[in-house]
Amino acid sequence: MTTQWFGERVERREDERLVRGAGRFLDDAGHDALAAAFVRSPYAHARITGIDVSEALDVEGLVGVYTWDDLPGRLADPLPLLIPHPDLTHPRTQYALARGEVNHVGEAVAMVVAVDRYVAEDAADRVVVDYEPLPAVVGLDAARAGDRLAHEDVPGNVAAVTTQELGDAAAAIAGAPHVLELDLAMERSLSSPLEGRGVHARWDDEDGRLRLRTSTQTSTGVRAAVANILGLPDVAVDVITPDVGGGFGTKVVHPYPEEVLVPWAARLLGREVKWVEDRYEHFVSATHERGQQHHVRVGFDGDGTILGLEVDFWHDTGAYTPYGIVLPIITATQLPGPYRHRNYRVTFTSLYTNTVTVTPYRGAGRPQGCFVMERTMDRIAEALGLGRDEVRARNLIGPDEFPYDFHMTFQDGRPLIYDSGDYPELLAQLRELVGWDGFAAEQAAARASGRRLGIGLACYVEGTGVGPYEGAHVHVETNGRVMVATGLTSQGQGHETVFAQIVADELGVDVVDVYVTTGDTRRFPYAVGTYASRAAVMSGNAVALAARAVRAKAVRIAAEALEAAPDDLEIAAGVVHVRGTPSRGIPLSQVAVLSNPLRYSFSKEAQAAGVYATPGDPDVAPVPDDDEPGLEARDYYSPVRSTFASGMHAAVVEVDPELGTVAIRRYAVVHDCGPLINPMIVEGQIHGGVAQGVAGALLERVAYDEAGNLANASFMDFLMPYLSEVPTPEIAHTETPSPLNPLGIKGAGEAGVIPVSACLAAAIEDAVGVRMDRMPISPPELWAALAEREAGR
Amino acid sequence: MTAEPVHEVVLTVNGVARAVRVPARRLLSDVLRHDLRLTGTHVGCEHGVCGACTVVVDGEPVRSCLTFAVMVDGAEVTTVEGLAGPDGDLSPVQQAFRECHGLQCGFCTPGFLLLTRDLLARDPDPSDDEIAEALGGNLCRCTGYVNIVRSVRRAAELAGEGP
Repeated sequence: MTTQWFGERVERREDERLVRGAGRFLDDAGHDALAAAFVRSPYAHARITGIDVSEALDVEGLVGVYTWDDLPGRLADPLPLLIPHPDLTHPRTQYALARGEVNHVGEAVAMVVAVDRYVAEDAADRVVVDYEPLPAVVGLDAARAGDRLAHEDVPGNVAAVTTQELGDAAAAIAGAPHVLELDLAMERSLSSPLEGRGVHARWDDEDGRLRLRTSTQTSTGVRAAVANILGLPDVAVDVITPDVGGGFGTKVVHPYPEEVLVPWAARLLGREVKWVEDRYEHFVSATHERGQQHHVRVGFDGDGTILGLEVDFWHDTGAYTPYGIVLPIITATQLPGPYRHRNYRVTFTSLYTNTVTVTPYRGAGRPQGCFVMERTMDRIAEALGLGRDEVRARNLIGPDEFPYDFHMTFQDGRPLIYDSGDYPELLAQLRELVGWDGFAAEQAAARASGRRLGIGLACYVEGTGVGPYEGAHVHVETNGRVMVATGLTSQGQGHETVFAQIVADELGVDVVDVYVTTGDTRRFPYAVGTYASRAAVMSGNAVALAARAVRAKAVRIAAEALEAAPDDLEIAAGVVHVRGTPSRGIPLSQVAVLSNPLRYSFSKEAQAAGVYATPGDPDVAPVPDDDEPGLEARDYYSPVRSTFASGMHAAVVEVDPELGTVAIRRYAVVHDCGPLINPMIVEGQIHGGVAQGVAGALLERVAYDEAGNLANASFMDFLMPYLSEVPTPEIAHTETPSPLNPLGIKGAGEAGVIPVSACLAAAIEDAVGVRMDRMPISPPELWAALAEREAGR
Repeated sequence: MTAEPVHEVVLTVNGVARAVRVPARRLLSDVLRHDLRLTGTHVGCEHGVCGACTVVVDGEPVRSCLTFAVMVDGAEVTTVEGLAGPDGDLSPVQQAFRECHGLQCGFCTPGFLLLTRDLLARDPDPSDDEIAEALGGNLCRCTGYVNIVRSVRRAAELAGEGP
């Protein structure tokens, strides 16, 4: 019997080392490296009129202090614009070290290198920077007003304006029997992984090579940027991603200033140099997300069918636009959700502010889009006196309507076409799972005893597995180990396990014999990165394709050795054998030996591949023209477009009107990411996503004051949830395969977070009858809203 | 500014006597990680809130990022590297976290493992409230805590079954 690994709750390969404390995170190596520390701006917007490093020079143990004036060549240029777009008319990126002007609190102004971090910070404290403060633009209201400018040469603070339209929304709304207008907003948050960023560089002068370890979501991206900026051949730069303590989006930005400055210093000084971000630095220099304001006009008929939708929204992009306008494009194109739209226009304006740069954080523009669409659905239901589930059901795209083409362009530059799904089935499951139909009675009973319960639901569709491509190399070694390498990186998703499951099935080996390496350019130099719920889809399919090529080669070689027809062979338990005759077989390890004709034998087993071992055909070369030595293969997966996962959440909350607190009594998740490779891991992703969603709805916000100081830049003040603040979701899966990739899979990494704010806003509104049009909502805000309503009565 | 005076600190770490000479301001977390090269203890915030740096000092869980090494001269310290058995077998707590998918990126995990060990040493069969009380001061950004709680319950079961 053949073991099937795909679909099993296989324990993670990563955990053995991690539970022993034997992981290798960025700061777990390079103990003797010099330490870098940064002098960062205390002003949101200011001119630098002078930098005096003389006092720092007296610190014993100092090795060097560097400012923009010291940077050579391309290192003195602005950092790359990673994702240009024709509508991004005013792109701005930062300098590795500020050049005469700072545009947010935390921007790097000088780098200090010293014998250790304690000394480096002593010296950094003694660098005196003179600033001439300029008016700061903080928050979307200030950015939209446009009377102050975040960058003096960007009129109205406008980085980009973009419109996409399906049909004729204005005309459809004009002809609709019912029209509503809504203003909806979401505030700023940040990824906040438990491990911050970090960079460790070693320049090998004898080999002329740079080895860069960095806590990133894209090692190949960093490699290309660093080689280019430092003027090194690509092949002389190795970028290695160690164990990474969470990313959630913020680590996909590259190169951060530190990622080019630290290797530059290492080469300059001929010493290893390391920089490890501290928590304050993370808050003020690692990217943020989520701040958006939206205005909605929707036209609908008497049964709740949407006839036309117009959305204008304003996106806070922070101080710079290295990531272009990907985020607002995602909001614009994911906002339609699982609903049939015939007329939809969306226009966004991306605005600069003097705050930390904004790039994707798990969910990436979707939580905002989902909030807008789902709050709109709730308002339509309210206006018509219909059930919220009923209005949604009437607008859902049917299972027979795929592929469903929105005639818009998605964030990957490809058409926005949903590939598959079964949304009515999800809604039916959700209602069952949360007890939707019985809730009214439950709510009334609770109300009779003075308790305020409410229920809400929210639906989303998530484009996952965006291209352009990922690749993989699969190599069966002569010891029988299957070595797999793929270029994208891991931050805790369990890639070593799920990719091993896929390869184990394709090759007929035990999962414990498969060893997966990710994010190491020495092992696989072509890759894109880990973001947008793409790793399982992209690298999962790439490892499958590479493993299939290895399998075909193994069968061909074994067929020759066994004098059997290739079609009669199968592989099970690591042995290629004649189907139905397990005794007539040859282990893959031995096939690996035979795949590589040897002059020099290295073991008893390898003697089988020696030049005198097998006579062979005298007219055929030992390695024919169409063949290569070694039982290995490389292949790539590149999709025509994204595959669309979907899901729905429902929550029952209890609001304490005296305290303004919200307790989550039930939380239900139905989820469709196609066939599950490892249900345990997918559920873990959902748990974590829901926790981050709850945090974003009820707890976390980045609090800037008017001058642009980040007032809660620590875990004391930025309220990340602890164990007692998050619910245990009940989860049900539907598995609708994608027609777009060989494994039929869809992404699952971000799903959990997307609908949570919309869902909890709806539940709170249902509990207390106060409009929830802005998230997050804190207890004092909810209490104040309830008090205001009471006063108004 | 000249070099700081150094102090000799003697610790018993995971049963082994270790001596280091460090400045007064050097954190216990840095001594463990960079001087003794026991990098399993992680540093997530350096202000005592996240608990990733939790180690056990003289029987009590402490935040090693808020502790100067000179303050614990003569102490017995247990880190995550000291959890496995003498033959290298995973402890019940470690096994349970692996079995229940109680970790994702693994960065906060050492703190949770040590708190769990400490909890089960005091109370072999804790209630959910007691688990929340014991672990409720450490942050995890990946798991949503659901499987951490399951891991603690499973660890209690495994420990109860004995070796």
